[in-house]
Amino acid sequence: MRRDTRHSGIFTRRALLLMGGQVAILGGLAARLYQVQVLDGARYATLARENRVSARLIAPPRGRMLDRFGTVVAGNKLNWRALIVAEQTTDLGATLDSFSRIIPLTDYERARIEREVHRHRRFIPVMVREFLNWDEMAAIEVNAPDLPGIIVDVGTTRMYPFGDQFAHVIGYVAPPTEADVEASPELSLPGIRIGRAGLEKQYDEDLRGRAGAVQVEVNAYGRVIRELERQEGVEGEELGLTIDAKLQQQVLGHLGGESASAVVMDCNNGEVLAMATNPSFDPSLFDSGVSQSQWKAWAEDKHTPLLNRATAGLYAPGSTFKMNVAMAALEAKAITPADTFECPGFYDLGNARFHCWRKGGHGTLNLRGALKNSCDVFFYQVARKVGIDRIASMGHSFGLGTELQIDLPGARAGLIPTREWRESQGHPWNPGDTVVAGIGQGYIQVSPLELATYVARVATGREVVPHLTRKIAGELQSGSDPADWPAMDLTERYLHVVREGMWAVVNEAGGTAPQARLPDQRWQLAGKTGSSQVRRVSREQREGTNFDSSKLPWEQRPHALFVAYAPFDSPRYAVSVVVEHGNAGAAAAAPIARNIMMDTLQRDPGGRDTLPGDQVAMNQVTR
Amino acid sequence: MREGRLWLRTSFGLGNKVLQINWLYVLLLCCLAGVGYAALYSAAGGSAEPYAARHVLRFATGLVMLVGIAMIDIRFIRRLAWPSYFVSLALLVVVMRYGHMGKGAQRWIEFGGLQLQPSELMKISLVLALASWFHRASWERIGNPLFLMPPLLAVLAPVVLIVKQPNLGTAVITAILGGVMFFAAGVRWWKFVLVALPIPFIAQIAYGHLHDYQRARIDTFLNPENDPLGAGYNIIQSKIALGSGGMWGQGYLQGSQGHLDFLPEKQTDFIFTMIGEELGFVGGAAVMVLLGLIVLGGMLVALRCRHQFGRLVALGIATNFFLYVFVNIAMVMGAIPVGGVPLPLVSHGGSAMFTVMIGFGLLMSVDVHRDVEFTQARNALA
Repeated sequence: MRRDTRHSGIFTRRALLLMGGQVAILGGLAARLYQVQVLDGARYATLARENRVSARLIAPPRGRMLDRFGTVVAGNKLNWRALIVAEQTTDLGATLDSFSRIIPLTDYERARIEREVHRHRRFIPVMVREFLNWDEMAAIEVNAPDLPGIIVDVGTTRMYPFGDQFAHVIGYVAPPTEADVEASPELSLPGIRIGRAGLEKQYDEDLRGRAGAVQVEVNAYGRVIRELERQEGVEGEELGLTIDAKLQQQVLGHLGGESASAVVMDCNNGEVLAMATNPSFDPSLFDSGVSQSQWKAWAEDKHTPLLNRATAGLYAPGSTFKMNVAMAALEAKAITPADTFECPGFYDLGNARFHCWRKGGHGTLNLRGALKNSCDVFFYQVARKVGIDRIASMGHSFGLGTELQIDLPGARAGLIPTREWRESQGHPWNPGDTVVAGIGQGYIQVSPLELATYVARVATGREVVPHLTRKIAGELQSGSDPADWPAMDLTERYLHVVREGMWAVVNEAGGTAPQARLPDQRWQLAGKTGSSQVRRVSREQREGTNFDSSKLPWEQRPHALFVAYAPFDSPRYAVSVVVEHGNAGAAAAAPIARNIMMDTLQRDPGGRDTLPGDQVAMNQVTR
Repeated sequence: MREGRLWLRTSFGLGNKVLQINWLYVLLLCCLAGVGYAALYSAAGGSAEPYAARHVLRFATGLVMLVGIAMIDIRFIRRLAWPSYFVSLALLVVVMRYGHMGKGAQRWIEFGGLQLQPSELMKISLVLALASWFHRASWERIGNPLFLMPPLLAVLAPVVLIVKQPNLGTAVITAILGGVMFFAAGVRWWKFVLVALPIPFIAQIAYGHLHDYQRARIDTFLNPENDPLGAGYNIIQSKIALGSGGMWGQGYLQGSQGHLDFLPEKQTDFIFTMIGEELGFVGGAAVMVLLGLIVLGGMLVALRCRHQFGRLVALGIATNFFLYVFVNIAMVMGAIPVGGVPLPLVSHGGSAMFTVMIGFGLLMSVDVHRDVEFTQARNALA
């Protein structure tokens, strides 16, 4: 009994101690509860509201592109798609398996989905399949109970009504890469596209718009209970192009099946009315990812459909370069318009002999006659007199061999060699190099866009810069008014002589390009042919009796070029045409240029936003 | 003589024994279960299904078990103490080998359609076994370190098994429960200090051996805002829900966080959060007072018991309940790392309910048999 009392005593003491401890701990918890609920309550209540309200970004529709008369050349169409929210499914694999039974997914697609689910937060929807048709959507809805986490919604996707006809101008859009998303997180919105080429790339930020936000009450699984507030996104800005869609189609029609390109430009303000390049590709292929076999086909095609020949195809300008040589010589006072040179059919420099295209030679010629006959020997001598550096500097001021600052990515600057350039390559400049430069051969390379700019500047004496956008969000951009472009520092009298020579090429008996004469008496076209050798013609070939470059294999034939402007008395349009391996400029390129110019003059789109008669029909297409 | 009379009275027929049950205490338990019913009704979005109705059914079953156990003579229970301990230990081994995986840990076994959590059973068995060991231990024997070795092993064996499940929270609770039993039995203060000293070092080593999810839990506890959508989500959401309750709450069935499913496991581990959100600090504190009364009531049963076995059992059961309550409430307020510990008699879940009711049955049995005399023969055995 004594022992029990002693036990009891110790036990009671310690039990009371424990009780005290328990009460103290419970009291501490109550105090903590008071702090969390009452003292910090307001803060947590705010957090609770944020918790319930979830702001979601809504992808804005991408801005459309219209041609100058309002025809949609890049629009949007509805795109029904299936998305998966990882948070709403317990077993991603099982859900995708069930989905595959309705709409088969490739291993590649599954790998992509799983990778993206892994990369994003679990409440961000990840695209499973786009471009669903009605039957597929119905099948998904019916099987919804077996597809936890799958949601169907509608977004927009890019649509190009003209298919491949504008592919190189408009470019294309593609899903953002992982690096893009890292750089700007708003790109993680499902279905968003970014411009990868052409105007889509150049004006990507304007076109993309700003994501809208919708505030929704959600439960913890992200399921939307109701919408609280909606802030519509800012739709991407609408781009008004300088292009005339109908004219573009006509130009493409004139190019036919050739590997060729053509640029039509408003002489007075540099607006590009048509920029056609053949062959082309379907820009919508990029929207959902290009297949390996398609890439391979493009890479192996010797006609390089992905290349925008008009801006990135570089060719020796051949005889089209002669106006530049003439202007350089005239401005440098190396020659006068009246000076004459002898053409015996060849020009000797040291022990090298340079031939004229006409075997017997042209006899005595002044500048006008030399342009009209495209005499090579005349320009060999003029080039020697003026020197390469002055030729190059005049070329640059005409826009040849320089960065043109056109608002189109991927444009390449051509090249006009200088002494300095040649020496920087570790070679001395040879007098023979100057001689061939006089007829636009040798190291000289220019793009069709540069040629069109050059002709426009020769025709107007204004330093116009080619551009493709006329309006952004309905605002007329600067550059559409000819007064926006400064006059070049050239002597009008000299320009006039050169223009006369170009007129004679087409309209005077004996000119090199009578094919380019316009059938309509109202207008006269001034132009210049060019043939650009792609391989050196050997002396044996040249002196052999039956040498004919048109008999060469296609890849070895010279390119055919033609540049022109019209009308002669008040220039409005400049055209450049390059037909790859077309052999002779006069035969292959001049008729195309004539037809293009004829259509352009008839439509007369320059400086106008509406065409009489066309207007109603265009508006119907737009809306 | 007096003892004899009491013995007669307490062993008077079954009907009399039923009257001996501390019905006031049972009423407290019923109140708590009622709170549970109301909370589960709200957790289901204002519906008795699927939680609340089953809760009542379980509690009713548990109540029958409680009364049944309360009728069993405490001396007979003492004879079952060690056998039940070894059965529980065996079940712990079984669950490790054959148990059902639940949330990454093996904790459950199916027992005739009933899910059983041996670690819960073990805590009660451990209380019984230790109480039995210390029942008639003399002051001198308690001072003898060799005498303390077997009960120490009896604590360590299940703790190690539970750690391996892995269920760190329950293992710590079991260890603390064992410590409290030693303390109540009269083990000297300095011996606790001796055992406690190496704990920081052991903890450091143990941290290295923890499962990633356990480590994440501790890390998250230390800084929950680091990972608001990952492991810290539960704690933050729970605090937000509590905070949005304020002083008076958003009103019964009106809690926005709980009903919008922000609150994870609101019908089980986080039921207290839901009560706090809907009924405010006032409601939460009232539930805590109720819980405190049940703990203290259990301690009072211990204090008025006349034999050491009963005292220790009652104290152990009350402490076990207290630890449940403490861990759960501290967890939902972000005061200790999250561990899967339900709020007894309130949270949804069968296994916990039954083990808790078995515990309270033992407590009632102690109270009914508080004056019984243990025979000398059995003393000799002890």
